[in-house]
Amino acid sequence: MASTAITSKKEMWGGGSEPYGASYGKLMMWFFLLSDAFTFSALLLAYAALRFSAPSWPVPDDVFAAVPFIHAHLPLVFVGIMTFILIMSSVTMVLAVEAGHRGAKKEVTKWMIWTIIGGIMFLSCQAWEWTHLHHDGAWWGSNPFLNADGTPGMVNFTNLFFTITGFHGFHVFSGVIINIIITIMNARGVFERRGTYEMIEKVGLYWHFVDLVWVFVFTFFYLI
Amino acid sequence: MAHTQEHHHEHHKETFISKYIFSMDHKMIAKQYLITGMIMALIAALLSLLFRLQLGWPENTFPWLETLLGDWGKGGRLDPNFYLALVTLHGTLMVFFVLTAGLSGTFSNLLIPLQIGARDMASPFLNMVSYWLFFCSSVIMLISLFIESGPASAGWTIYPPLSALPQAIPGSGLGMTLWLISMTLFIASSLMGSLNYITTILNLRTPGMRMTRMPLTIWSFLTTSILGVLSFPVLLAAAVLLIFDRSFGTSFYLSDIFIAGEVLNRNGGSPILFQHLFWFLGHPEVYIVLMPALGITSEVIATNARKPIFGYRAMIGSLIGISVLSFVVWGHHMFITGMNPFLGNVFMILTLIIAVPSAVKTFNYLATLWRGNIRFTPAMLFAIGLVSLFISGGLTGLYLGNAALDINLHDTYFVVAHFHLVMGSAAMFGMLAGVYHWYPRMFGTLMNEKLGYLHFWLTFAAVYMVFFPMHFMGLDGVPRRYYNFTGFEWMQEWGDLNKFISISAILGTAAQLIFIWNFYYSIKKGKKSPQNPWQSNTLEWTAPIEERMHGNWPGDIPHVHRWPYDYSVPGAPQDFIPQTVKDDDLPEEIRQGKVKPAPEHAGTPASETVADKLLFSRFINLFGFKKA
Repeated sequence: MASTAITSKKEMWGGGSEPYGASYGKLMMWFFLLSDAFTFSALLLAYAALRFSAPSWPVPDDVFAAVPFIHAHLPLVFVGIMTFILIMSSVTMVLAVEAGHRGAKKEVTKWMIWTIIGGIMFLSCQAWEWTHLHHDGAWWGSNPFLNADGTPGMVNFTNLFFTITGFHGFHVFSGVIINIIITIMNARGVFERRGTYEMIEKVGLYWHFVDLVWVFVFTFFYLI
Repeated sequence: MAHTQEHHHEHHKETFISKYIFSMDHKMIAKQYLITGMIMALIAALLSLLFRLQLGWPENTFPWLETLLGDWGKGGRLDPNFYLALVTLHGTLMVFFVLTAGLSGTFSNLLIPLQIGARDMASPFLNMVSYWLFFCSSVIMLISLFIESGPASAGWTIYPPLSALPQAIPGSGLGMTLWLISMTLFIASSLMGSLNYITTILNLRTPGMRMTRMPLTIWSFLTTSILGVLSFPVLLAAAVLLIFDRSFGTSFYLSDIFIAGEVLNRNGGSPILFQHLFWFLGHPEVYIVLMPALGITSEVIATNARKPIFGYRAMIGSLIGISVLSFVVWGHHMFITGMNPFLGNVFMILTLIIAVPSAVKTFNYLATLWRGNIRFTPAMLFAIGLVSLFISGGLTGLYLGNAALDINLHDTYFVVAHFHLVMGSAAMFGMLAGVYHWYPRMFGTLMNEKLGYLHFWLTFAAVYMVFFPMHFMGLDGVPRRYYNFTGFEWMQEWGDLNKFISISAILGTAAQLIFIWNFYYSIKKGKKSPQNPWQSNTLEWTAPIEERMHGNWPGDIPHVHRWPYDYSVPGAPQDFIPQTVKDDDLPEEIRQGKVKPAPEHAGTPASETVADKLLFSRFINLFGFKKA
């Protein structure tokens, strides 16, 4: 792959070669992520439009302040842990991709398993948080949390929260499933026989994307 | 390595199912798309005839309507709710199923691998899945015609609250749900298709096929796919929120709603939000529909005018320009939603700028035709017809794009006339031009030319007869989507014109039967086509059309040495130089002067005057009286 970098730009685009030095599969993944980015952007813009047209809005610090087993007002702590877990799973994914470049099958499996564990932990945290909010009476169509100005809470606060974090959670869930499939394929030596671990890179791209999206979701719902 | 793989393919035993049903050959998938698209087009046209019947003869009863439609046609009168459903499904089927999937699906699949010199799509498997998702989506959309409460009725733009409240009108119930399910599958199908088209074009071009040597068809498919990849996800997001509003009690698009005297507990949402999200898809969608047709037209016009396309790079530039602009003009569909007038101005200016690349394309088509050695094949007629429709429909776009004028024209028949000419009919003409032109490539036979001429002239006349008068109705303020005009005195003067339009619509639809007969009959009984029936330069005609093989070329893939528009090069042995010809194989004098002749010298023998060519002998040829 390094040798393709030497060919001139004109030759690269002249046909008979891959202009970005990327296989069609990797290009497809990039374009898919671009497409998915537009889906999330649309959802987040809908969030912005609805939030800023609302007269008042609940304060996230008051809503998301619970941590399992601890009865205290701890805003941002639990979601901070969730975010940390997800970002750590991105780090282990990077290590898996790197191991793939070296063709180290066992290491790939090890780091992929860590990534899967990270993903499952994130989903479990999300499940706990949803359950907790649901116990407080929050769900699609009902919002028990008061607005900042003390008026009854805008119901779109919970509507948007569950829809968008749910949509993101669904992405994480699919990512975990894909990672499991890829890990099994790797353990069975499929990529070793293929001579390339590019598949790990492709799922890696997806996984990092899902993390990146979380950063925005996290910012919009928990921070501002 | 590719070679051995390919031989392996040849000996692979193909069953009926792997060859015709779950085929992974892009040529077969193209045919699947085409035939599904044609069936959907026919259904959509018939639906439009039903509501044209109501508009043309609002007072009459047609007893057979009750036989055909049951409760929807009680007493021989079309039910008002079903009228809305018909309008909705006509729009949905035509825009998405015919002109998006049917048009792009057919020609992107057929032409991308063949014209760039690839053995198949980057991922034949995804390609197959894409078709079958489209198929399922079509079936679900059609099923909604047979349920008790009728299909979706909120218009093809499915604006809430009509689409968001299942209890609003009969079509807002199960019909709307099926619409959403069907469109979700459609979006997935379109995404897979587009990803495949983009990556195939980028990665699988044959050696020598630079980006600037690609036929304009391929450029148009590329820009179309990019638009699809970036705009459909926004519709998906809009649909997700709509589904939650319908089924989970949220209020993303709803606020302060009363229905049947009852106040609904929905607050804080905005139906305008839906319109923003929808038109962020909806406007690029217009170009998703139109651009492949423009690409096909470029190819057909250059080939049949026997001239290089005028302004090749400008054509690419205008495709890119249209694509970029299409993402920043969606607000012109929403001028009267109470948007800030300043924002309206911004959208207006951006919208009017689209006239520039559009005019570039139009004038380039005309300049390509100018003094060309024109062959009036049916495909060429449809391509020229597209240019005509693109001009007449495009000009009214300038009126509608104007925020002030739009206050009067919004949601009138003027809009209906505009988009049916510029996007509906023009794209349909592009599709028909493509079918006539690449039919031999698909089936190895030629379509009957005389039937083609008959089909063209009837269709062309019918399109103008149907849609042109609508401008006048629109200027008078007649609103679209109304079931009945007899209740308003000032609209009654349009009754006779409505009859005329309806009769023309019936005529135009009947003319399509000629095409369908021609299409069906020629598959088996058509004249056998020569290998390169139109003396075209592009690579698809170098792959054997006799033998249907998966992999396209029996030996190595062809290499490319020139752009695809070397027609009528002075001094060349033939009036076309295929892309596979090397410069070394050409006579010395051509190589010296390179191969760019001044366009005005191309093709025309000095003895014949232009007027003679254009007006007289060629005109006679149109009707098939004289063999060219």
